Amino acid sequence: MANNHKNDAIERRTIAVLVDNEPGVLARVIGLFSGRGYNIESLTVTEVDPAAHLSRITVVTSGTPQVLEQIKAQLDRLVPVHRVSDLTLQGPHVPRELALVKVAGSGEKRVEALRIADIFRARAVDSSHEHFTFEIAGDSGKLNAFVELMRPLGLVDVSRTGVVAIARGSKGL
Amino acid sequence: MTRDASTETELLSGAQMVIKALVEQGVEVVFGYPGGAVLPIYDALFQQNSIRHILVRHEQAAVHAAEGYARSTGKVGVVLVTSGPGATNAVTGLTDALMDSIPVVCLTGQVPTHLIGNDAFQEADTTGITRPCTKHNYLVKSADDLSRIIHEAFYVAQAGRPGPVVVDLPKDTVQNKGHYTPKEAIRHRSYRPRREPEAAGVQEAMALLRGAKRPVFYSGGGVINAGPRASAALRELVRTTGAPITSTLMGLGAYPASDPQFLGMLGMHGTYEANLAMYECDVMLCIGARFDDRVTGRLDQFSPNSKKVHVDIDPSSINKNVLVDVPVVGDCGVVLEAMLAEWKAQKARIDQKALKAWWERIEGWRGRDCLAFRQEGAVIKPQHAIKRLYELTRERDVYITTEVGQHQMWAAQYLKFEEPNRWMTSGGLGTMGYGLPAALGVQIAHPDALVIDVAGEASILMNIQEMSTLAQYGLPVKIFIVNNQWMGMVRQWQELLHGGRYSESYSASLPDFVKLADAFGAVGIVCDKPAELDDKIREMIDTPRPVIFDCRVAQEENCFPMIPSGAAHYEMLLGPDDKAAKPISEEGMVLV
Repeated sequence: MANNHKNDAIERRTIAVLVDNEPGVLARVIGLFSGRGYNIESLTVTEVDPAAHLSRITVVTSGTPQVLEQIKAQLDRLVPVHRVSDLTLQGPHVPRELALVKVAGSGEKRVEALRIADIFRARAVDSSHEHFTFEIAGDSGKLNAFVELMRPLGLVDVSRTGVVAIARGSKGL
Repeated sequence: MTRDASTETELLSGAQMVIKALVEQGVEVVFGYPGGAVLPIYDALFQQNSIRHILVRHEQAAVHAAEGYARSTGKVGVVLVTSGPGATNAVTGLTDALMDSIPVVCLTGQVPTHLIGNDAFQEADTTGITRPCTKHNYLVKSADDLSRIIHEAFYVAQAGRPGPVVVDLPKDTVQNKGHYTPKEAIRHRSYRPRREPEAAGVQEAMALLRGAKRPVFYSGGGVINAGPRASAALRELVRTTGAPITSTLMGLGAYPASDPQFLGMLGMHGTYEANLAMYECDVMLCIGARFDDRVTGRLDQFSPNSKKVHVDIDPSSINKNVLVDVPVVGDCGVVLEAMLAEWKAQKARIDQKALKAWWERIEGWRGRDCLAFRQEGAVIKPQHAIKRLYELTRERDVYITTEVGQHQMWAAQYLKFEEPNRWMTSGGLGTMGYGLPAALGVQIAHPDALVIDVAGEASILMNIQEMSTLAQYGLPVKIFIVNNQWMGMVRQWQELLHGGRYSESYSASLPDFVKLADAFGAVGIVCDKPAELDDKIREMIDTPRPVIFDCRVAQEENCFPMIPSGAAHYEMLLGPDDKAAKPISEEGMVLV
């Protein structure tokens, strides 16, 4: 009965994981994903509460609903994990990513790059007569679009942070 | 070593704190092997009398011995090994303990902190290597953290779903002095698994059972791990409801095998009646088992018409392989007691007419007598050997361990366990070489019991060096080798799946096991005649020393019943005549 009603559609989820900031904790999380064959689309981590030694990991992953439930349960049973929160499932959330985009060129292409950056509210954080480096924040789709538009204008280098996210509303994790 | 409360702030060396923490945890025995990085700890061991150290002959065996000790007592097994090869040798044992959820704390030596990462002599990245094969691990970088971490390690090993925990101890942290933190001061920051179930789940489960027409209980190692209370509650609930019960390999003994409601083990080599009851049931109560592939067979044909309740302390076990209708997260003992209370409060009863009809069908399947065999002729059948071993030892205080393969499955089929904690076998990992060191650990915990390692002639050679440990400590373990001169299970699969091409599965150049026993100061007995079997088994039992019993059996006997890989429960092979009729699918061949 139950096992015949599997939903095999692949879904994407953004999961926030609050962990002890101790050596090896990131390796544990990454090892869990590789060891059990789960996908990582992006993963970010940094300490968010130095006094309590807590770090927050944001991981974007994909899989069938059954696999996604497994991922959360497996994360939750890691000893240094405090909380696992499925931001996608829990309701509206704000996902953000930051990119640094370096574009080199001259003449009309250079002007065009600056114009597009303005439209995207990207900020030049480094510049010379030969290049700009833009800082841009937003959801991943916006960043993808920006990078694609920069490509014919002399795109040289891209560095992206991966997604961080937080739930909308007044409640914490 | 002082244990006075007033000296809590006194500085102790790390090695002294290791001993003090172990004593405070109630540890009586440590299984280990010394080496450079752990010399300070061995020095501290030398200067105390609270903890007994058992010197094994290989670090893998230290972990299996600790597992045997843990599984037969319900306590944490403790291991002490050195850095580098000491730690890497322990990896198989740790993985075994992880797969079978056995509480083990393994202390590993490490090179001094200033040498870590320098490829120092006997350095290995122990926390890196053991991360995926432990429940948790620690690298202790300061003597001040040491005792706290050891206490935490014991907590983590036992809390929730038990498992192995490694504490890696650089040599300088055990030589330096630090402050001792007592056990009571520890409260884990993040790891607090849930023991108490949600009442709604328990009620829903009992409502399902109450409405069942064809119920079955399916219990596993989680019931054993939850302690004797869980087994007692399981027995009462099963008897009160009148439903049939089957068990996984890991769960044998939680429910008495001699009870008429017990259908025997289920799964790949389980009984016909257990597997068909699983296939045909309408309500399944899985208690502390994990729907392993050896149990379910082909997943899309696994018990297709049942509502399933799954009780497990580990939420990640739920809906992992099989989607269930009523998940209940909690300790099996607590949940079973709550279920029993709920059942009684409801004054519930299963529809007796339906239950009677269900039992009639089950008795029909049972009537096939799927474990029947004929002992005839001049050669001992392996099933007969194990059956006689059971019948001649059943009245005794007996503990059984096994190696891995055909003999393991025959042992599970023909040895009847009436109590929990009497059966130690490598279920999840399937580790050949497990049985002898595990038996060693069991015998240390139960010096007066009859401890038997049911072995195969191939498996036993994987940790045969532990004969020397048996000799050193005068441990009268009985090694009962079902010797068919083949890696029997490999040979069986090659016969059934690979056209009888017996690639590398013959046990060539076997030692003379009688002489081998003699060389290790044990007693060797060889038996190849059915008529002599009983007397020789009695001789083995009556020998107050370690014994290797070389039981020469029929070479090409296969282990039946068998659900071939990729097949469903109803597609069991009951015997050698069955296999021609049911060829194994290509799909099944790729499975293990």
